Amino acid sequence: MSNIYKAFENGKAFIPFITCGDPDTDTTYNAVLEAVKNGADLIELGIPFSDPTAEGPVIQGANIRALAGGITTDKVFDLVRKIRKEVTIPLVFMTYANVVFSYGSERFIKTCSEIGIDGLIIPDIPYEEKEEFEPFCAQYDVDLISMIAPTSEDRIAMIAKEAKGFIYVVSSMGVTGMRSGITTDLNSVIGKIRENTDVPCAIGFGISNPSQAKDMSKLADGVIVGSAIVKLLEQYGTDAPSKIGSFIGEMKDAIR
Amino acid sequence: MKNVTKEGRFGIHGGQYIPETLMNAVNELTKAYEFYKNDPEFQKELSDLFNNYANRPSLLYYAEKMTKDLGGAKIYLKREDLNHTGAHKINNVLGQALLAKKMGKTRLIAETGAGQHGVATATAAALMGMECVVFMGEEDTKRQALNVYRMRLLGATVIPVTTGTKTLKDAVSEAMREWTTRVEDTHYCLGSVMGPHPFPTIVRDFQAVISKEIKEQMLEKEGRLPDVVMACVGGGSNAIGSFYHFIDDKEVQLIGCEAAGRGIDTFETAATVNTGKLGIFHGMKSYFCQDEYGQIAPVYSISAGLDYPGVGPEHAHLHDIGRASYVPVTDDEAVNAFEYLSRTEGIIPAIESSHAIAHAMKIAPTMDKDKIIVVTVSGRGDKDCAAIARYRGEDIHE
Repeated sequence: MSNIYKAFENGKAFIPFITCGDPDTDTTYNAVLEAVKNGADLIELGIPFSDPTAEGPVIQGANIRALAGGITTDKVFDLVRKIRKEVTIPLVFMTYANVVFSYGSERFIKTCSEIGIDGLIIPDIPYEEKEEFEPFCAQYDVDLISMIAPTSEDRIAMIAKEAKGFIYVVSSMGVTGMRSGITTDLNSVIGKIRENTDVPCAIGFGISNPSQAKDMSKLADGVIVGSAIVKLLEQYGTDAPSKIGSFIGEMKDAIR
Repeated sequence: MKNVTKEGRFGIHGGQYIPETLMNAVNELTKAYEFYKNDPEFQKELSDLFNNYANRPSLLYYAEKMTKDLGGAKIYLKREDLNHTGAHKINNVLGQALLAKKMGKTRLIAETGAGQHGVATATAAALMGMECVVFMGEEDTKRQALNVYRMRLLGATVIPVTTGTKTLKDAVSEAMREWTTRVEDTHYCLGSVMGPHPFPTIVRDFQAVISKEIKEQMLEKEGRLPDVVMACVGGGSNAIGSFYHFIDDKEVQLIGCEAAGRGIDTFETAATVNTGKLGIFHGMKSYFCQDEYGQIAPVYSISAGLDYPGVGPEHAHLHDIGRASYVPVTDDEAVNAFEYLSRTEGIIPAIESSHAIAHAMKIAPTMDKDKIIVVTVSGRGDKDCAAIARYRGEDIHE
């Protein structure tokens, strides 16, 4: 069992997403420290991919900036080693299947375990393909996080029963990005999950302000925010970490 | 690791590497296809569309002048360029549009490279009264401006894709993103034998009409099977369509011609089987051009239709088991073949198809005169004339 459960021990969890290396690894390091200081309970670290098919324009932009800045999987591992000297909260990677596969699936997951990564979120690995990485994840105690979407319906029970760490509940159809409103009947989705597992649920996709975060936290055990944070990096670059810190403070206050 | 054999796999390739949001949509598609492929009514409607709308069967033409000029094997051309809309793409699109309609979908989305698949999809949508949105890399909208106009003329909306390399792979990514936003009324009409299961199988089955006809026509004309069947390979739909009914005929050699761009020893290439490695992208496990960290490479070819960093999973498998071979053909060789076939036979082939013609020009002279080669001319080359003129330093406007 990984340490992910600890993120959900002190009330509702706030989970920020940060793309590693956008615009450079020092900025990522500072942003992570600011996030922890201001109440983040778990951090999703994105390893950039050239063609992130599940992302909207904001996170696509972050991937492009980070890759242009020279980030690589090995440099992300070094960054995590440095972060781990200061940070004890659970950390998960969010990346695409080819980044893990091309590194050598076992080598990648073993390294995650060694440097203190607790879980993996891979949007292009659905339930049917998790055999690709799950055996190594089980061997090295890294949780492969399951996603449940508004269209999952009759698949929810099957996915929930085998879920580990936490369940990433996708709030809306489409790709990542800020939305003015979330119309999915998340109550019924989360109700079905609860019938099948005690693993905590965190809602992500489209949450960008404290009032949305508050609404979502009433339904689930945590909220995930990506594009709104990445947008700050897009706007402020290396000056973004302090702005990210105060944004996370406000968001965490809203869900307490 | 357990060696799991699952539905939708070709050896180790294929699979369904897509977001959870799309899983029920592809499952619904799989179920519908399993039903309709065995439904006589569906097959009858499709045959009717093929024969009375798309101009099938396409000719198997004996290229006598080319044969004599090259002085070796006898060359037949499978004339997919004579299909309605000018390429093999219509075979797949009519099948998928009919399937989508039966499933109650009212909207088709598609990616396109050279624009041939986009034009075919826009055509089927017009015929069947469906809405159509085509994603096309901005770079390709410039290379293939005429096709952009054709799609609009047919009532489709063309969305230029400005992300990444602004070519085919980015158009696929953007169409996949659009599909996750709207699955209820929308069918993603994928244009090649790629993407997640069931697409590689569905597209292959609709394109397999090519090899079915080649076989019948060849038996009628020559009373025997050909020695070699060859076709160009981007994603690989016209190639798998040309190969499919010959896969069990081991004496027939199958050759896929990849776009080598400026050469497989340069970075400006799109020859996936020759230069790529195993990976997971766009819903499938297969071979991809990529760097050591799995970042997808910005591939290059003069041909927008072959300018894709991956190859369909069934081709990857045919390569693994040695049933088909995949050879690289450069821009230069393809342009020479484009000009050669135009002059020699009075047939202007698509620059994509010219890659296969180029390889036939290489191997025919080395073969005995009693051998037979079939080359699939996947499309017509009118769309390429301006670009090839520019390649030769002549500035003409479309």
